[in-house]
Amino acid sequence: MNTLTRETRDGGRAQGEQLITPPASVTESAEGYTLEIEMPGVKKDGLDISVENNDLTIIGRRSLPTVEGTLIHHESRPENFRRTFELDPSIDADKISAKIEQGLVTLTLPKAEHVKPRKITVS
Amino acid sequence: MDLIRYQAPDLVPWPALGRWSNLRDELNSFFEMPFWSSFGRPGQLFTGWSPALDLYQSNDNVVAVVELPGMRKEDIDISLHDGTLTISGERKRDSTGGEKAERTERYVGAFRRSIALPTRVDASKVSATYRDGILTVTLPKAEEVKPKQIQVS
Repeated sequence: MNTLTRETRDGGRAQGEQLITPPASVTESAEGYTLEIEMPGVKKDGLDISVENNDLTIIGRRSLPTVEGTLIHHESRPENFRRTFELDPSIDADKISAKIEQGLVTLTLPKAEHVKPRKITVS
Repeated sequence: MDLIRYQAPDLVPWPALGRWSNLRDELNSFFEMPFWSSFGRPGQLFTGWSPALDLYQSNDNVVAVVELPGMRKEDIDISLHDGTLTISGERKRDSTGGEKAERTERYVGAFRRSIALPTRVDASKVSATYRDGILTVTLPKAEEVKPKQIQVS
């Protein structure tokens, strides 16, 4: 019944800085949504989460470890991360909470009370 | 021992190629249809998870830096065999049931990444740290391959 937290595709493309779109997963339960985004190298203070016009934006600025020596094999990308989602109307934007653990951002997006399933007891 | 090819991460498209980025979005939205979403990320349909790995070399050490977001330290295995460093592990799905996956781009399951080291290392002195989802493995070079300064007397 509820649609997923849709992704806003052109969020922030006009900005000059190159940003990587990191992989994300969304799961839905009766209580709300859980959004997980991979941001390796991002610490708590490098994380910027905002809601504007019903768009949820997560920006992760990396503080990568400095390693002594010459780079002889290179696969990682130095860019920062950004991901934008459109919030489902059922989400209570005031109650969104977030944490970051080992480069994995987990956002908990609870549904507003009035959309949660409710049992009515017969008195 | 096989080397696993690295799968480049999805990029925000080049600004100069707006048309192509639209095309890419079209393709992505195709892959995001319910049928495909059960397979995970389109780029990982057949390849599994191959974390990005950087290798540094200094006079004393070879250092491998691997992006492994959201792992538990206990689930990462590092092994050294015949001049090849192998990092493997498993990311477990921490589902409690009663949840519906709306979008599944994160890879869950086992991964294995090997790289041939450029020089001999002292296997007994290898150390590793895991912070902010980045694994850093420091492999001190074997004494005989370290560059030596010879004093002219």
